[in-house]
Amino acid sequence: MIEKENKKKFIEFLKNKATWVRRETLKIHKIAPGIRLASALSCVEILTVLYYGKVLNYNPKEIYSEERDRFIISKAHGSVSFYPILADLGFFDKKELGMVGKAGSILGDIPDCSIPGYETVNGSLGHGLGVACGIALALKKKNRKEKVFALSGDGELHEGSVWEAIMFAAHHNLNNLVLIIDNNKICMLDYCANILNLEPIDAKFKVFKWQPKIVDGHNVEELYGVLSSLKADNSECPKVVIANTIKGKGVPRLETDSLCHIKALNTEEIDKLLSEMV
Amino acid sequence: MDSKVMRDVLIGKIHEKMLTDDNIFFLSADFGSPALDKLRAECGKRFINVGIAEQNLVNIATGLALEGYTVYAYAIAPFLTMRAYEQIRNISLLSQIKEININLIGVGIGLSYDVTGPTHHCLEDICIMRVLPNVVVFSPSDYVVTEKFVDYSLNVRVPKYIRLDGKAQPRIYHDAQKISIEQGFVELKVGNKAVIVSTGYMTHKALEVAKTLENDGIITGVVDIFMLKPVDDVLLYEALRKYSHIYTMEEGFINKGGLDSIVTNILNNLTQMKLTKFGFGDRYVFEVGNRDHLHRINGLDEENIVKIIKKDVMKGNL
Repeated sequence: MIEKENKKKFIEFLKNKATWVRRETLKIHKIAPGIRLASALSCVEILTVLYYGKVLNYNPKEIYSEERDRFIISKAHGSVSFYPILADLGFFDKKELGMVGKAGSILGDIPDCSIPGYETVNGSLGHGLGVACGIALALKKKNRKEKVFALSGDGELHEGSVWEAIMFAAHHNLNNLVLIIDNNKICMLDYCANILNLEPIDAKFKVFKWQPKIVDGHNVEELYGVLSSLKADNSECPKVVIANTIKGKGVPRLETDSLCHIKALNTEEIDKLLSEMV
Repeated sequence: MDSKVMRDVLIGKIHEKMLTDDNIFFLSADFGSPALDKLRAECGKRFINVGIAEQNLVNIATGLALEGYTVYAYAIAPFLTMRAYEQIRNISLLSQIKEININLIGVGIGLSYDVTGPTHHCLEDICIMRVLPNVVVFSPSDYVVTEKFVDYSLNVRVPKYIRLDGKAQPRIYHDAQKISIEQGFVELKVGNKAVIVSTGYMTHKALEVAKTLENDGIITGVVDIFMLKPVDDVLLYEALRKYSHIYTMEEGFINKGGLDSIVTNILNNLTQMKLTKFGFGDRYVFEVGNRDHLHRINGLDEENIVKIIKKDVMKGNL
């Protein structure tokens, strides 16, 4: 009974954190209109569960400690929502959140590898998974138990280099690697289904000898269940989580717009959303 | 004549290091050599053939290097440098922030693969690799200087591009001890008024040219540059200033940033006409701010340019 009550509290905590992250991301957008807002909003729950749910081991006091789980954000341009999490957890000063894109700030419109908490260069798409495979291989060589998590967008699967890495991970049995796909179904100009269809994503991974799982990418309880069980799963083969999400989640005008990737909100719109979002 | 294939000598030496140093990986994009057969037989798990996938070759190397390993990544030069150029650019970016020791070995530079045609020729690599900040570009002319580079590749923990000829080449250097990788060049022959500056395979040609000219009484100098980046401009200038005519020889495109531009960059010291260049130095822009701000911190703002021109006027330079 107590356990059930605690779990309920934990899920409530994650939901509240996700709302806070979404609000902070909108506040950042207010001062930095050039961020990729819609893409940053679709992965809010994924990032929240990984960090506030402590699926990943991390230590803001010793950011690049050997004991951390490695998290590679391949869809870096769509991860400005990671800024408030990193600041809140103490990876850098919270004051930075009010400086995004301004002269002298450490935070740009698109995150880069100089920001504490980011592992590598991912401003350009299609590289994160290959680098994650190299890291996973290195951890195996060192006999370390830490895991490698990578986050990519679904549109990113159009890049051929991703499939080179998908084959590599299975061939080398990288069972310490988990790829999360933020399956928001939209690229820059249209739905992936209209540009270059990716479905069925799970079947494709299965044929490539990965273990796929499909989840609701906005349901923190479901995400926590799947991600934490995969973290503990040492069975053979790499794992992929296809997290079905909505691009622009939380902003009705963006949620229904196939061009939302490049849309910015005005100050009044942001203020109205912030007053409604609690 | 004592000739050897540079890649076999290089791989043989790396193999020797791998036997005692467990922190070295050797990756190949399905490209071999007789020396590599021995390495992969003896260093099993630390040799990985990633398949015909140069992009992944470089990304896997990046992941291993981020975890502290020294990595050699081996492929055919045009495919390594051009298929995987963005992956290499990412290494260049990353190495400005974190220590990564990746040694990209490209075989078949210039016209090494002569009859295989333009897809396998590699005339671009000097220019495009020299453009990338933080990357060392090494272009040896024989196996002695190639072998000497292995210790440097282990000790200097930055990304490097090693461009190797595909065929066996005769020995040029006789005493490895006397070669300084850091200095980056050697004046193989001292001339009177003319000097040839060359790199890689073309140094053999340059020596031939100098020999032929000598038979006609024209004593021509030969400078072999094996370190195409970084270049010690001051030392190179000191070596070349005594000559009245410099000829450059490279098996690559000219007027685009290759060996020739290393020399034209120091010519500013030799002519009456002065050249001041405004643009970006050899580093990426990680600072945040608007375009004007970024121009300012890189000296590209109008104010700075006006100031510098005025200073030249004051000094009577204009």
